[in-house]
Amino acid sequence: MATIRVQTADFDLGAETRALTAGRTDIGAIASFLGTVRDTAGGRTITSMTLEHYPGMTERAMARIATEAEARWPLQGCTLIHRVGTLLPGENIVLVLAASPHRQAALDATGFLIDWLKTKAPFWKKEAFVDGGDGWVAAKDEDEAAAERWIQASR
Amino acid sequence: MQATAQGTLTVLYFAWLRERVGVAEEQVAPPRDVTTVGALIAWLKVRSPGHEAALSGGKLVRCAVNQDFAGLDAAIAPGDEVAFFPPVTGG
Repeated sequence: MATIRVQTADFDLGAETRALTAGRTDIGAIASFLGTVRDTAGGRTITSMTLEHYPGMTERAMARIATEAEARWPLQGCTLIHRVGTLLPGENIVLVLAASPHRQAALDATGFLIDWLKTKAPFWKKEAFVDGGDGWVAAKDEDEAAAERWIQASR
Repeated sequence: MQATAQGTLTVLYFAWLRERVGVAEEQVAPPRDVTTVGALIAWLKVRSPGHEAALSGGKLVRCAVNQDFAGLDAAIAPGDEVAFFPPVTGG
């Protein structure tokens, strides 16, 4: 049921939403999260961000996360698209869509999906700075805490 | 998973671990008593200064065995695909 893609190409929020809802009239709510490349990190201006991943494991991890969301909420479909390669500030990185008869499930599932995608799928970001340096992004404790709250919520 | 010669493991490195080791993938044939991820790390570290630099990151070195996240005590066997990488930062 879930649409899962890892790609270098851009995606279109409207097109993906239409694909999710095509031919259906039983959906009442579609929530979305669109992640984009910010032009600063830690006070430094970045010129690009390069995303690396673990082909094979990435898709498996994303499918597992989607299956978990489908088990927790009455979803009628969800979409997870993550770009890889070198991206410029302002470009799209990640899209999460969740469809449900009612808004709360769609909103909660979308929050869950992006929180777990950030902490349980094998992607790594490297930032290039305007001053010529570059560096791998360190994992953030707050991202781990955001993912953890969904584990506590299920108990 | 790729076919491997008998007794060998496929080891993959990602992000800064790949940069420090200097390769993204290698085939290795550790001795028979290397049966866990932790033992494999100890054995790989002495292969080169790059391996040592990559794999000495302590809690910043994460692992997957056959594309599932795994801890230091996870079992490994010939033919497995073992990956080392930093904590993930996607999304």
